[in-house]
Amino acid sequence: MKRAPANKVLFLLALAAIATCLFAGFLTEAPNRLVTGKPLALWQALGTPVLLAAILATGALLVLSWLRQSATVLCASLFAAGALLFLLFFAAGEAAGFLMKGARPAQRIGLGAGFWAAAFCLVMAMIDAAQRLKLGPAGRLLVATSLLLPLAAMARWGIFDQLSLLREYAAQRDAFAAQAVRHCALVAAAVAAALACGVPLGLLVARRPHIAGAVFGTLNLLQTIPSIALFGLLIAPFSALAAAVPGLGIAGIGAAPAIVALMLYALLPVARNTQAGIAAADPAIIEAARAMGFTPRQILWRVELPLGAPVFIAGLRIVLVQAIGLAAVAALVGAGGFGSFIFQGIGQYATDLVLLGAIPTILLALAADFVLGIAAQLLLRKESA
Amino acid sequence: MIELEGVSRSYGDRRVVEDLSFTVEDGAFCAIVGPSGSGKSTSLRMINRLIEPSAGTIRIAGEDIATLGLTRLRRRIGYVIQSGGLFPHWTVEDNIATVPRLLRWDEARVAERVRALLELVRLGHETRRKYPHELSGGQQQRVGVARALAADPEILLMDEPFGALDPLTRQALRAELARIQEATRKTILFVTHDIDEALLLADRIAILRDGRLLQYATPQEILTRPASAFVREFVGGAALGLKLLAQRRVRDHLHPGAAPAGEPVAQDAPMSEALSEMVLRGAEFLPVRDAGGRIAGSVALADMLR
Repeated sequence: MKRAPANKVLFLLALAAIATCLFAGFLTEAPNRLVTGKPLALWQALGTPVLLAAILATGALLVLSWLRQSATVLCASLFAAGALLFLLFFAAGEAAGFLMKGARPAQRIGLGAGFWAAAFCLVMAMIDAAQRLKLGPAGRLLVATSLLLPLAAMARWGIFDQLSLLREYAAQRDAFAAQAVRHCALVAAAVAAALACGVPLGLLVARRPHIAGAVFGTLNLLQTIPSIALFGLLIAPFSALAAAVPGLGIAGIGAAPAIVALMLYALLPVARNTQAGIAAADPAIIEAARAMGFTPRQILWRVELPLGAPVFIAGLRIVLVQAIGLAAVAALVGAGGFGSFIFQGIGQYATDLVLLGAIPTILLALAADFVLGIAAQLLLRKESA
Repeated sequence: MIELEGVSRSYGDRRVVEDLSFTVEDGAFCAIVGPSGSGKSTSLRMINRLIEPSAGTIRIAGEDIATLGLTRLRRRIGYVIQSGGLFPHWTVEDNIATVPRLLRWDEARVAERVRALLELVRLGHETRRKYPHELSGGQQQRVGVARALAADPEILLMDEPFGALDPLTRQALRAELARIQEATRKTILFVTHDIDEALLLADRIAILRDGRLLQYATPQEILTRPASAFVREFVGGAALGLKLLAQRRVRDHLHPGAAPAGEPVAQDAPMSEALSEMVLRGAEFLPVRDAGGRIAGSVALADMLR
């Protein structure tokens, strides 16, 4: 018998998932949406068949972590962790439905610390297996969709309807869709504006390196302003602008200052990655292009921009994820978005309402990161390693 | 014909090239040689105006290049650099087709040209779909040469094209370049710090030191009448005689008829190689074979002095 598991990461994650499910509450139970729930242990929440299936799948993960990590074993780990994740979600939904039966309508069954921790461990285990398998873009996409589609289907069939988060969603259904669109629109407008200003700025700095210090210094300074402060600071100039030019359709609060603030934060990564992408091209290649009679414009479009593409995509990835997260703060100046649920929730001491704003923000950021990660992988594949 | 007349280039107070004048005839193979920092690359790059001269005139076919359009000038001149400088995001075909496409040739003509050039540099037709990183250093440099020749320029400028290759690949590519020069009759200007490479390939050698031209002559003349002690030392010093011998072919000293036994030397081999074989074998005569591999006659130790 070997002394250590072959895959220590998987072994520890499986142990952590077991421990958190045992010692932290799997679900929480509260008489209404405003008080903090008291934890319900796993065995109080789950029926015997589900519990047995969970023990079986976890056991399988532990065994797999001791085997030689061949492609088959890694696929099995991926599959087992995914199955356990479905089981976790399914069990939580089922338990909530069971516990709500006959209870007062104000009663709330929430997801406990144990659920979140175990779900986190399982997702990490899947990412670990996917990385060890060196999955390409198609493989990653397949894993992601085979994880998300069944969860979406389960939600559609109403399996999660009795969980407090979904109860909160049901109450906010119309506002939720509107704020989701609003959130995306804010991010899209800000990132588009940042690209429109930041890319030319980055190109300028790449051509005239002596101004790099001044430009990046200024943009760096902008980054250090706390986000809440920047949103607040922009109210005054925008109010003044709105008063001076009434026909503009802007105000001191609302979308305009929010988009400008988000854009200012995005400027540094956009400009810096543009400059770095241009600088990444081998000078010998640029010289060869010049010697063949490329015009400066042709060098930019046909050589420098395509060669810098991986760096540009990496920058866009940072910018999108950062803007999606920061846009949550934009609700503070009345710009809307998922942040409005967060701030309402804070105001009402309603944790589930905060989560209703926070979780979609995180998922949106992860989705943006995932898609651009795949785009970068596809681009890199064509070029030199 | 390329004419340089009083060409200088300085950066601030530092003079990199000073009062350079020489003429390269059409179809000539001219090597610019010198130690590091002698201004040889700068001289080359002034010809396609990657660097502008501070003073002097450069003429191509009688026309002052300063008066020609930059882009048009450069498309008349092929340029090959040490690392190949291939575009890593383009296939071999796209790389070779760069200038023809800039000149808006139709695609059928471009494809035909790519096929012919791959053949000229002896790369398989299937290579055209590959990316540069899938090729060896030697193959990349062959593509570099093919790309430079794509639009059939009058002139080929080469800046240490074989500098980054291993000795065997370098040797093979030198032979290929000699063959390509034979086949295409381009005017070639070739920068190298390796005097043996220059002696092997060039029919004219310009020796530079500290930005000044020390001697411009045929290999034979440089070996037999070096212009200064520095040139003499630079081209060979103690080995000068052997280098002179390397300039001569066995073919020119062949005695037809009966030959001694043993492994024959090729009639196209340099005399230095025959001498080396004689020393190794302790023989005063060697059999010589012709291009077909048949024994053509013999060569004698006494021929080394004639």
